[in-house]
Amino acid sequence: MDILNAIVAILNFVVIPAAAYGAQLALGALGVTLIYGILRFSNFAHGDTMAFGTGLVILVTWGLQALGISLGPLPTALLALPIGIALTSVFVLGTDRTVYRFYRKKKSEPIIFVMASVGVMFIMNGLTRLIVGVDEIRFDDGARFLINVQDFKAWTGLAEGLAFRVSQAITLVVTALCCWALFRFLNRSRSGKAMRAYADNEDLALLSGIDPERIVRLTWIIATALAVTAGTLYGLDKSFKAFNYFQILLPIFAAAIVGGLGSPLGAVAGGFIVAFSEVAVTYPWKKIATYLGFQPEGLLQLLSTEYKFAVSFVILIVVLLFRPTGLFRGKAY
Amino acid sequence: MSNTRQAEASSRWRAPVIFLLIVALFVLEGTTRNALFSGSWNSALAILNMGLISAVMALGVNMQWGYAGLFNAGVVGFLALGALGPVVISTAPVQGAWAAGGPRVLLALVVGLGTLAVATQVWKRVREPFNFIAMPAVLILGFVLYRMIFDPAVMAIEANNSASAGNIGGLGLPVLLSWPVGALFAAAAAWGIGKVALGLRSDYLAIATLGIGEIIVAVLRNEEWLARGVKNMSGIPRPVPYELDLQNDPGFIAKAASWGMDVSTASGIWVKLMYAGLFGLVLLALILLAEMALKSPWGRMMRAIRDNETAAAAMGKNIKGRHLQIFVIGSAVIGLAGAMMVTLDGLLSPGGFNPLRYTFLVWVMVIVGGSGNNWGSVLGAVLIWFLWIKAEVWGPELMNLVTMPLPDGSLRQHLLESAPHMRFIAMGLVLLLVLRFAPRGLVPEK
Repeated sequence: MDILNAIVAILNFVVIPAAAYGAQLALGALGVTLIYGILRFSNFAHGDTMAFGTGLVILVTWGLQALGISLGPLPTALLALPIGIALTSVFVLGTDRTVYRFYRKKKSEPIIFVMASVGVMFIMNGLTRLIVGVDEIRFDDGARFLINVQDFKAWTGLAEGLAFRVSQAITLVVTALCCWALFRFLNRSRSGKAMRAYADNEDLALLSGIDPERIVRLTWIIATALAVTAGTLYGLDKSFKAFNYFQILLPIFAAAIVGGLGSPLGAVAGGFIVAFSEVAVTYPWKKIATYLGFQPEGLLQLLSTEYKFAVSFVILIVVLLFRPTGLFRGKAY
Repeated sequence: MSNTRQAEASSRWRAPVIFLLIVALFVLEGTTRNALFSGSWNSALAILNMGLISAVMALGVNMQWGYAGLFNAGVVGFLALGALGPVVISTAPVQGAWAAGGPRVLLALVVGLGTLAVATQVWKRVREPFNFIAMPAVLILGFVLYRMIFDPAVMAIEANNSASAGNIGGLGLPVLLSWPVGALFAAAAAWGIGKVALGLRSDYLAIATLGIGEIIVAVLRNEEWLARGVKNMSGIPRPVPYELDLQNDPGFIAKAASWGMDVSTASGIWVKLMYAGLFGLVLLALILLAEMALKSPWGRMMRAIRDNETAAAAMGKNIKGRHLQIFVIGSAVIGLAGAMMVTLDGLLSPGGFNPLRYTFLVWVMVIVGGSGNNWGSVLGAVLIWFLWIKAEVWGPELMNLVTMPLPDGSLRQHLLESAPHMRFIAMGLVLLLVLRFAPRGLVPEK
């Protein structure tokens, strides 16, 4: 019985939250890694793209709610998501046209692109603040729990409860769908193959008649769609606060580098590695140890939750030290 | 990068003209009262003081970016470490704190650093397959030992008079002495991070420094035993007299009367002027040193490395070593600015260390001023700081003007309320425009 309780506690406090968080990181890291692979720079504006897109989704959600449209048990934000993606994509394509294309034509150093992305970051950050403000916003509606603690305890008779929130379930399902669609697109479709060819060898791709501007536009649209989806799921799961999206940039970069910058599969794996390490290191294991028959003195918490960013940082440093190309052999030039 | 740094003919009057423009802005702020300026010398000097500190930060970033092309995205962290200097060195000692756990905390930190050192040695010395087991074992053992010493010590210190202190306390030494110490703290962190991230591709350093910045700020927020965390550390001593003391000093009252000012305004201005003099001296000394270094063979080598790493390496220059050196020096200068900043504020408030304000705004200052040119970064820093502060006032004024035709509804209200955030957009635009149309900045490198 105690073993069962321990397993339920691990599921409830570690596996489910980490899986949802990992899925959100994976979507974010996929965007970073795609932009890195095609445009060859680390996009510092990615976190603020997520915030900006989520801000728009929130506005559209409020609009839909005012019109009385809802998805029943599902959050209305899912309905608003495509509109948010479309609007953000238009904005991001605008930044590419006005900012990045100039440096691409000039073949500037990657670090100049990074600098330009800092400028874009400032603008998107300011716009997000202007549109939705800096306060914490909760925009999840519909049903809250798929399984809630009381029901679970009543069904199973265990002392330990298990909660599975709708937002977590949606995160996992949407992420699975996004990954499936993305990998199918990259591996099967003509455009996806062109994208991979361009990422592998720009000159050869140009020789075989691939239009680079089209590839770049496609990359921005896909990366933006992934970013806005990740941002909306993160906001549904936790809450929306513009500054948190800037901070999530670090775990996202860590995930992308752990997997290997430029490798989509690596980004997904990296997202889950970072999320599971973060949750496992900051979770107090005392309860579970007690179920397993130990009597620990402390909380058995390796790091307090305020230091969760230190976990992604340590993972990042370890990878940089021992395998700069990442687990799935990305690019490191 | 080389194509943006080619020397073009640029007027030698640029720097003086921008300097005069800045002087004019400050004089306007000090004398005229209208919708744009406050007409108070106290406000003008307050902006100037923080502008001078920003100039020191910009000098540090300029050393890293302008001399060596290194992107440090963790300026806020090095600044925060520098800010720790005055807290540790010059705040008053806390009764009983050292006895409660001082030596044990030091021992724990030694154990922690020792573990890292032993782990690196084990990794290097132990033969191939075994080091994969030996190094993690050393790390885990060291971490457990560290927590066993550290946790009880911290509990003891935080329990000591927790309402008004609860921290380890300072040494009570003069505050000016703490400035180089702050610089030293920042330099030590920079050495560690540089060792790991330099020599890899350029954006890895940016990402790694972004991380270390976040972590240092998190440490300052949460380690209450060190600097009281988010409870803020006040009572950092001043190198200049307090306004209240001046207001009670008969000599000063007489002087204020002879200037024709009321005593409270005069004391505020007097104190700010003394700070400005102090910061100005530090800034001038730094510029002088930096200019001398840049004109020396060392400076030529740094620029050669920046402009063509391969060629410089072929000439036998140690690229990674030089990069590490300049990264450490630049971070030390940023740390110095952090120590100066908390001395000016008299308060360490870790909640205020925002990366947009303290990392990326400094970047805007350097890029706008002219990367690679010390005078340029300094002028850019003061100018951008002035605009940043005033944009908070100008934004709503502008929004008020723009939204005049709108009816007084919730939309206009919302726009007016969020108008101060417009300065983020303005700074982004300034950065992008300068990067695109004047990549060498207002005062280009010679």
